[in-house]
Amino acid sequence: MALDKPYLDVPGTTIFDAEQSRKGYWLNQFCMSLMKAENRERFRQDERAYLDEWAMTEEQKQAVLARDLNWCIRLGGNIYFLAKIGATDGKSFQQMAGSMTGMTEDEYRNMMIGGGRSVEGNRVVGEDGSAQAHRQPQGSAGQKVN
Amino acid sequence: MARITASVYTSHVPAIGAALDLGKTHEPYWQPVFQGYEFGKQWLKDNQPDVIFLVYNDHATAFSLDMIPTFAIGTAAEYQPADEGWGPRPVPKVMGHPALSAHIAQSVIQQDFDLTIVNKMDVDHGLTVPLSLMCGQPEAWPCPVIPFAVNVVQYPVPSGRRCYNLGKAIAKAVASFDEDLTVQIWGTGGMSHQLQGPRAGLINKDFDNAFLDKLIDDPEAAASIPHIDYVREAGSEGIELVMWLIARGAMADAAGGPKPKAVRRFYHVPASNTAVGHLILENT
Repeated sequence: MALDKPYLDVPGTTIFDAEQSRKGYWLNQFCMSLMKAENRERFRQDERAYLDEWAMTEEQKQAVLARDLNWCIRLGGNIYFLAKIGATDGKSFQQMAGSMTGMTEDEYRNMMIGGGRSVEGNRVVGEDGSAQAHRQPQGSAGQKVN
Repeated sequence: MARITASVYTSHVPAIGAALDLGKTHEPYWQPVFQGYEFGKQWLKDNQPDVIFLVYNDHATAFSLDMIPTFAIGTAAEYQPADEGWGPRPVPKVMGHPALSAHIAQSVIQQDFDLTIVNKMDVDHGLTVPLSLMCGQPEAWPCPVIPFAVNVVQYPVPSGRRCYNLGKAIAKAVASFDEDLTVQIWGTGGMSHQLQGPRAGLINKDFDNAFLDKLIDDPEAAASIPHIDYVREAGSEGIELVMWLIARGAMADAAGGPKPKAVRRFYHVPASNTAVGHLILENT
C-alpha cells in the first residue's frame, strides 16, 4: 500500500522523507565529512578527486560541482547536510537559500527584509504565487531553477 | 522534589549566533532581534533555574544519516560546541546534569516514550543559539543544561500531539526526582521559515501569531495541528515548531494545574531566512 505523502503538492518544496534520504545517503554523508577542517581542505584542493572517494552517483557529483542546490535536493540532498558545502565555500544560510530561487543575493535579502515570501498563491501547486513552477526563475540571477 | 518553574520558547537561527560572535548586535539589521531578548536576559538572571532542559534539533551535526533518533536525551557530564563547517562557535562548553538526565530517561521510557540515550555528542547552533540569546556572552553558562534532541530533519517527524504528550511525561519525570531543584524547559526552533527550493524565504506572520496565541491559551488546539499545516503554512522548516509543544506539555495546566502566566512575547521578521518568535511562560 502506498505511503501517506500529503506534502507532494506543495510548490517549490521537496520534503526530505525516507525515500529521498535513501537516494541521498552518500551525497549527504559526503557533506557530513566536510565538518572536519582537514576534509574541507582536501575538498578545496581537488573537488573531483575528493568526490570520487564517495559512492555517489555521477549526477550527484555533477550537482555538487555545479553548486546547484535544487539539483542536489532532487537527488536526495537535504539542506542541513548541503549547508556543509556552503560553509566550506564561506556562504551563509541566506546565500544558500537565496541561490535556489533565481534571485540575486540582494534581491533575496530585500525580500526577507520586506517580510519574506508570501504564502498567498504558494500553498498548493497550480496557484499563481512566486514559488510556482511557471514563475521560475524569480530574479535576475539567471540561475536555472527547477 | 524537583519542579518545572517556567518554559521559554525561542527560534534558534544560526545567523543570530554568527551576528553575536562577530560583534554585529548593534547593526540596524540585528539590533531589533537582540533588543527583543533584553527582557528575557534580565528575567533569566532574576529567575535562574538549577537546570535547563533544552529541547532542540540537531542539524546534521551529531546525527548524520547513519542514525536518526526521533527523541534523544543527553546524559553526559558535558558537551562541546560543534564545528558545523564554519568552525565551532566561540561559546562555553555545556555542562550537563547526568543524574537528572538519567532519572528523566528512565521515567519517560517507563511512560512509553522510547528515548535514545546519548552519552557522547557535540551540540550545534540549535542548542547554543538559544543559550546565547538568553544569556549573552558569559564565561560559562549559568547552570547545567540537559540537551534533548528531536528529529525534525527527516520526515516524518514526531507529531505535535506526541510532542505535547511527551512534555507531560517529562514534567512527571522531573516531579519524581528527589533533589530539590528548579528546572526550566525550553522549546526551540521555528517560527515560519523555508530554507530550500524555489519557495525558500517563506514567512507567514498570521500563522505564527495564531500559533503563539494557541500555544499560550489553547495548547490542546496547538497540539492538534497536523504536519501538513506546518509545511504548507509555515514552510518546510517551520515544522520545527512541534518542539515548542514538548515544552508546553510540561507546564502545569497540561496536567490539570493552573494556567501559566505569559510574561514575555516577542516576534520579529526577519533574521536571515526566518521569523523569530519568543515566549516566556511561568507556572503560577
